[in-house]
Amino acid sequence: MNIYVIMKRTFDTEEKIQIENGEVVEDGAEFIINPYDEYAIEEAIKLRDEHGGEVTIVSVGDEETEKQIRTGLAMGADKAVLIEDEDVEHGDPYSTEQILAAYFKDKEVDIILGGNIAVDGGSGQVGPRLAEQLGFNHVTSIVKIDIEDGKANIERDVEGDQEILEVPLPLLVTAQQGLNEPRYPSLPGIMKAKKKPLETLDLDDLDLEEDDVEGKTKTVEKYLPPEKAAGKILEGETEEQVTELVSLLKNEAKVI
Amino acid sequence: MSKKILVVGEIRDGEFRNVSFEAIAAAKQIADGGEVVGTLLGETIGDLANEMILYGADRVVTVESDKLAQYTPEGYTQALHAVVEKENPEGILLGHTSIGRDVAPKLASRLKSGLVSDVVSMENDQGETVFTRPIYSGKAFEKKVIESGLVFATLRPNNIPALERDESRSGGTESLDVEIKDLQTIIKEVVKNTASGVDLSEASVIVAGGRGMKGEENFAILNELADVLGGAVGASRGACDAEYCDYALQIGQTGKVVTPDLYIAVGLSGAIQHVAGMSNSKVIVAINKDPEAEIFQIADYGIVGDLFDVVPKLTDEFKKVLV
Repeated sequence: MNIYVIMKRTFDTEEKIQIENGEVVEDGAEFIINPYDEYAIEEAIKLRDEHGGEVTIVSVGDEETEKQIRTGLAMGADKAVLIEDEDVEHGDPYSTEQILAAYFKDKEVDIILGGNIAVDGGSGQVGPRLAEQLGFNHVTSIVKIDIEDGKANIERDVEGDQEILEVPLPLLVTAQQGLNEPRYPSLPGIMKAKKKPLETLDLDDLDLEEDDVEGKTKTVEKYLPPEKAAGKILEGETEEQVTELVSLLKNEAKVI
Repeated sequence: MSKKILVVGEIRDGEFRNVSFEAIAAAKQIADGGEVVGTLLGETIGDLANEMILYGADRVVTVESDKLAQYTPEGYTQALHAVVEKENPEGILLGHTSIGRDVAPKLASRLKSGLVSDVVSMENDQGETVFTRPIYSGKAFEKKVIESGLVFATLRPNNIPALERDESRSGGTESLDVEIKDLQTIIKEVVKNTASGVDLSEASVIVAGGRGMKGEENFAILNELADVLGGAVGASRGACDAEYCDYALQIGQTGKVVTPDLYIAVGLSGAIQHVAGMSNSKVIVAINKDPEAEIFQIADYGIVGDLFDVVPKLTDEFKKVLV
């Protein structure tokens, strides 16, 4: 099977966010594979081990993304493509859709896996957008997948309920937490990853002009929420604390 | 300048999602005196369409088909695309629900349009709509505008107030015939997991447990508390990783991001990862035996104590007050 994973490099979820001059400060921050994409990589490796074929990681980002790509290769992916997006102005999910669609248009694909959302932008748009442009079916938020006879049997999370469905390949799916437990790269895996093929492309290589990938939306401001003052710690015996709390919620906060 | 805005309503288990009405209120603001057209898809819709009018829509277009009995991306996209072609709106709004998140990007791609996802508030700035949405799961926010094309957005439930239901309103309802073709996705079964039936993303009260719950069976006391308040139960990543509960309940940067009126955090430390998913709740209560727990830093009210003592007593107290 030709298995692809679309992966994004994101801020570590443990990082605090700082904003200077309207931009998130990246200096000194730790970066990781978007956690949902990590589930996608793990599942892609499992599908390859079961059905044969190859896993290719495709990422749109800057040159720093190589580090996360190598981690994915160390987990067990076979090869990777980095599409550098430095020339993209006001990039948004529309832009990423155009770039990925241009990359995939002449590829033989059985399945593309991605994360349900990226933990930075959090829009969750790129997967379904890409599937639409490629004419693939898509299933978001999957927690289980089995492939047999050119069809995928999938369980997806629908706001707490599980939907069980069947859909033919080629297909794009996005991973929800609970799909699997991503492996840590092994030491031999890390050594091997250094030699695995990583192709670097830019917009020219994909016959894209800057205008083709300009975002349809524009961010005009980024800001941090106001710091919350520490609240009131209630005193006394449990009974007193509980009575006071309920009274405060009713009369002061007015939420019950 | 006034605009025509299409609002896609959503029905779950025979009832409207409240976010559909919230979207109508938002659409009226964007329409700026223009028309708000509701749309509803399903097998049979009947009187439900009129509800959208009572909540502020000017008229409603329905698409009925046995192929729309269950949500599929392809079925809904075909139906919505047909409605868009007929109405030619200048904007489209949906709830940022399981369906909204799934279908909106597909429809946006088909329409070659931008889309602003997960909007929590909006304002008009000289005729342009400025959307605010969380980034980094609520650790920060961004304001976005549409550069060209449709004003297309999904709205997070429970953030933009719906208008009052007004029985005196009236408006037309028409049915659009759409031939839904080539559906390849077969929904075999839907397994309901939500014990209390209250959805996390739309719950106005959430009771969430962390590692301090010490075991799956102890979530029963959280369920009892949530039931009294008509709320839903959530959990921290720690509790999910320890298999005290299903990942569907996880709140945080990985997991759900929620903004209820009241968030009661029980036996959870307040790791940054979790706080990102709930810090924008209106009122936060923390119950933890460790007075140094980070969660107290963001809580409006805190009780330092043993949760197994505090929670049942709190449930009883709410029962007394809420009868």
